[in-house]
Amino acid sequence: MCGIAALQLRNPLLHPQMGSLLSSMMCQIVDRGPDSAGLAVYDTPGLVSGNTSTLSLLGKDQGMPAAGIAAALENLLPASAGTTVKVVGDTTFVSSAVDTGLLAKAVRDTLPESTIIGRGEHVAVMKSVGHPMEIAAEHGLEAMSGSQGLSHTRMATESAVTAGGSHPFSVADDLCLVHNGSFSNHATIRRDLLREGVVFDSDNDTEVGARYIASRLKQGDTLEEALTSLGKVFDGFYTLVVTTADSMAVVRDPIACKPAIIAETDDYVAMASEYRALASLPGIATARIFEPEPGKVYTWSL
Amino acid sequence: MVTLIETQTQDYPAATDELPALVDLADSPVRDLNQALHEALDGQSWTVENPGGKHSLAVGIDAGVSVTINGHAGYYAAGMHQKGEVTINGNAGVGLAENIMSGKVHVKGDASQSAAATGHGGLVVIDGNAGARCGISMKGVDIVVGGNIGHMSAFMAQAGRLVVCGDAGDALGDSIYEARIYVKGTVASLGADCIEKPMKAEHLEELAGLLAAAGRTDDPADFKRYGSARNLYHFSVHNSTSY
Repeated sequence: MCGIAALQLRNPLLHPQMGSLLSSMMCQIVDRGPDSAGLAVYDTPGLVSGNTSTLSLLGKDQGMPAAGIAAALENLLPASAGTTVKVVGDTTFVSSAVDTGLLAKAVRDTLPESTIIGRGEHVAVMKSVGHPMEIAAEHGLEAMSGSQGLSHTRMATESAVTAGGSHPFSVADDLCLVHNGSFSNHATIRRDLLREGVVFDSDNDTEVGARYIASRLKQGDTLEEALTSLGKVFDGFYTLVVTTADSMAVVRDPIACKPAIIAETDDYVAMASEYRALASLPGIATARIFEPEPGKVYTWSL
Repeated sequence: MVTLIETQTQDYPAATDELPALVDLADSPVRDLNQALHEALDGQSWTVENPGGKHSLAVGIDAGVSVTINGHAGYYAAGMHQKGEVTINGNAGVGLAENIMSGKVHVKGDASQSAAATGHGGLVVIDGNAGARCGISMKGVDIVVGGNIGHMSAFMAQAGRLVVCGDAGDALGDSIYEARIYVKGTVASLGADCIEKPMKAEHLEELAGLLAAAGRTDDPADFKRYGSARNLYHFSVHNSTSY
């Protein structure tokens, strides 16, 4: 059992409330997975900005002070890139006006022990071990503005309780995946992806799903095609939420073992593991509420 | 051989002149509501506001009480229900009226998976759609669904009646014993040992009674009946691929 809450705000007037709405959704799903949590927020001022790549690094302690990391990165990156390093809660954010690949290489050269948990121009990813609401509070979720957000409260089944094993998994620019359930053939697919040259950060089955989708997108699939393909290749039971810079997708396994409920209004589309996470959203009384059909891919774009 | 258990008709006590007790779940815990319902006397009634999708609402009722929930209920609403009547003016989550023994549970919206699972008696009415595994292992409960039902519904159903006014998903009635299924719309596929059966006068009459009990006006003649082919009651190695 894990808890998922995801929110895409169609009405820009709601953007300032993104964090408080997501926080209220998240506190209702803590019971489903209290051992760790992860958050992803899109277009949140102060964490990301346009034409600038931001990497989210696991942990606030990277072995050297933020100023030291910034100085070391500035030596490796163009002076005009304006590299900054910021610690928020248990996450270190590194931003620079360069390509994410170039920034990631510079980070790996400077901090070889670090784990990159998010990348892109739009997304900031935060994860930690502990009570999900404390993690949200430490990162200041309540006050965050943004266009999309998703959170995951985890009850670990297929891998250890570590911050690195928390969701979301963000393995390509602005792509995030959260998962409730487990994949039973993830080891086989992991070996196939390793042979293609894909590198993994954890033993987590969900990371295999995220790497698979990233691989399909890189080969030219649309998000919908990638998730349809995942449904054919992956065995197990799952509800997945995938977000990109401007899209959100939901898919359940073909026998719909894991719960999911969606609420749609003109202002937003919200998805959660249980209705109670949606109960406090504005306009929920008149929202279109439905459970996604088994095996069907649902996508929404901003 | 399973013996068919006929469902008993439940007479509900007349509503009292007293005003219904009002419970606002925005201010009070579900546990208090359920405790009050467990101590209730026949004829009493409750109105529950702000359910907010909370779990286990009105669970374990064992008296002729009436409970109206104004809003959406979470998991296992009206579970282990006997004698009383629960009405949900909204949707219900997973496991609605699980193991219901008697009485009535009525959902005006949709129900999630496993509605009325293992129910022994009583009537469960869902005006909207029901998700997968509706009536799984039903043992005497009657279920009337106004909309569609999901896959694997009435799986291993042993007794009772399932009425579907919309369409049924895949593997309807898989490994069914003696329950009877009536479907007005299409059936995506039948499960192992479930077959279509002729609608005789007794079935039209039974179905008319169920539809009336659910407050519906559908014509029984528009329905088809499904039930067990009784080929898989006893293990036979020749059937090993069919189980």
